[in-house]
Amino acid sequence: MPISESTREQMREIAGRYPSARSALLPMLHLAQSEEDEITTDGINACAEVLDITPAEVTAVATFYTMYKRTKVGKHHIGVCTNTLCGLLGGDAVWDALTEATGAGHNTASADGEFFLERIECQAACSNAPVMTVDWEYMDDVTPSSAVEVIEKLRRGEEVHSTRGPVIRDFEATEHTLAFPDDGLADAPSVDAKMLAGLTIAKERGMTGGNAQ
Amino acid sequence: MSTPLTPVITEFWDRQDLYTLDGYRAVGGYTALDKALKTDPDSIIGQVKDSGLRGRGGAGFPTGMKWSFVPQGDGKPHYLVVNADESEPGACKDIPIMMANPHALVEGVIIASYAIRANHAFIYIRGEVPNAIRKVAFAVRQAKDAGLIGKNILGSGFDLDVVVHSGAGAYICGEETALLDSLEGYRGQPRLKPPFPAVAGLYASPTVINNVETIANIPYIVDRGVDWFRQFGTEKSPGFKVFAVSGHVKSPGIYEAPLGITMRELLDYAGGMRDGSEVKFWIPGGSSVPMLTPEHLDLPLTYEAMAEAGTMLGTGTPMVFDQTTSVVKAVTRWLEFYKHESCGKCTPCREGTYWITGVLEKFEHGHGTEGEMETLVNLCGQIAGRSFCALGDAAATPYPAALKYFRDEFEAATHTSADEQFDPVASYVFAAAGAR
Repeated sequence: MPISESTREQMREIAGRYPSARSALLPMLHLAQSEEDEITTDGINACAEVLDITPAEVTAVATFYTMYKRTKVGKHHIGVCTNTLCGLLGGDAVWDALTEATGAGHNTASADGEFFLERIECQAACSNAPVMTVDWEYMDDVTPSSAVEVIEKLRRGEEVHSTRGPVIRDFEATEHTLAFPDDGLADAPSVDAKMLAGLTIAKERGMTGGNAQ
Repeated sequence: MSTPLTPVITEFWDRQDLYTLDGYRAVGGYTALDKALKTDPDSIIGQVKDSGLRGRGGAGFPTGMKWSFVPQGDGKPHYLVVNADESEPGACKDIPIMMANPHALVEGVIIASYAIRANHAFIYIRGEVPNAIRKVAFAVRQAKDAGLIGKNILGSGFDLDVVVHSGAGAYICGEETALLDSLEGYRGQPRLKPPFPAVAGLYASPTVINNVETIANIPYIVDRGVDWFRQFGTEKSPGFKVFAVSGHVKSPGIYEAPLGITMRELLDYAGGMRDGSEVKFWIPGGSSVPMLTPEHLDLPLTYEAMAEAGTMLGTGTPMVFDQTTSVVKAVTRWLEFYKHESCGKCTPCREGTYWITGVLEKFEHGHGTEGEMETLVNLCGQIAGRSFCALGDAAATPYPAALKYFRDEFEAATHTSADEQFDPVASYVFAAAGAR
């Protein structure tokens, strides 16, 4: 479907943030993906028109970055880190459990369009291994059974919260956040015990970094 | 006496409102900005130089020196770009900083921009972490609403616009020149240097690119002074570091401590290894730096001591693996990562990562040969130093170090698969498994 005029207007707004409009291409593609659930020819054409560059130039960019998908993602994007640390600490087992629970495989969606699975690279949460993401929000310290439970809750339409972040919405909503990041959800609790591990010990033992002198 | 922990950037992370302007101000936030704007920009650069602060993104380049390379009075716009593309396997400290204390980053951005005379700053955050992106975007908006970003900040005459930019999934964009291409709306592929970004960076204008943690240090240095900063760490590695410990340890997480603390001390703070487990190998700062063994646990975690041991401090985020871990499998997985993330620009890296991975996968399945152990050494030698950027060098790093310390495991992998040598389940951290 052609990209709507209101989305094109939002694309122009993003372009206005930068000294050079083309800098806006990555967030613009996220916006296109938030409307179409994937990067379509229409999405590429809209970006090209707004930036006055060729569709081939946009395609070259869209095909370079892993987050842009060329098939429908569906409702939820599910990532499992299978890089060395997460994978060996249990991410491999989490992956096996999720492929079984959803019937989806790497970079493919489940038959019902609910879940799109991806073996993701390091998600910068190694202290919380194994790490899973739902619509790119953190689900830390998962086990095969806790990961499947998340999937089942989502399937039943129950509310699921990120372990360090907001309530789970859907893939398209996250893609919209990447284009317009001040999305009103910044108040979600985002600091866990592991982020406080050192501070907690320091407080118990009276260690400080020393204030102004 | 062991080295104490020194929470500075992390000091108030247990305050639930720290991510807000009010919360940050309640603990002294933005007083450094006030001081900085009343100071000559060159003297801010001087302070950062004198502090000896070194880049916390991995390379450890002196920050003040980087700033001083920006030509002044050249009539061109200057830019500050924050590299918030934290994607190095094992690195997990910039994203927590942005989620817990985003205003420390924003305040640092304003001060750094003022010092290098940039009226435009960009925070390039990897796209896979929307929760860090929204926290920083929220902090930037609050700072704008409070007149800390915008025109004539606090009556100083200094103007600054700050843009929070989302990436889209590409490890290579953590390489500073690839990041610039990406930020200009192109494929993220590294540029040949020189010219260096300080002379011709974003939009071919003078640009400083700094890591999140580096910039988050700035308000504390400006507020508390060079002497205060240098009381931590060593002569060549001054200051403190947000260490993030991961792996088979009892309490993985964030531990902020002076540079120079040893891995053994950090491990002790992290509760030691899980029950029945001992250190097999560990990596001080991301998969791109060579691994170390238990014999290195008492070395100080400084740029210089790690270099002397044949590795690098890197991102300062140690990954610790126990005896249940297959080195062959670990290294193969890292190479699969580099293969996936090679941008394809330079032939040695693009082709070499495929070849190394293919041969390593044979070892993982128990089908390697003695000759291929040397073939891999040769392949790594053909990549290192032969590509535009450090990704190629990084891809050539894990195998030679692993071979040096664990040759017997590769020899065993000529007839026995990694999973037969090491039961994968034993390495899992969930309850049913555990070390054996």
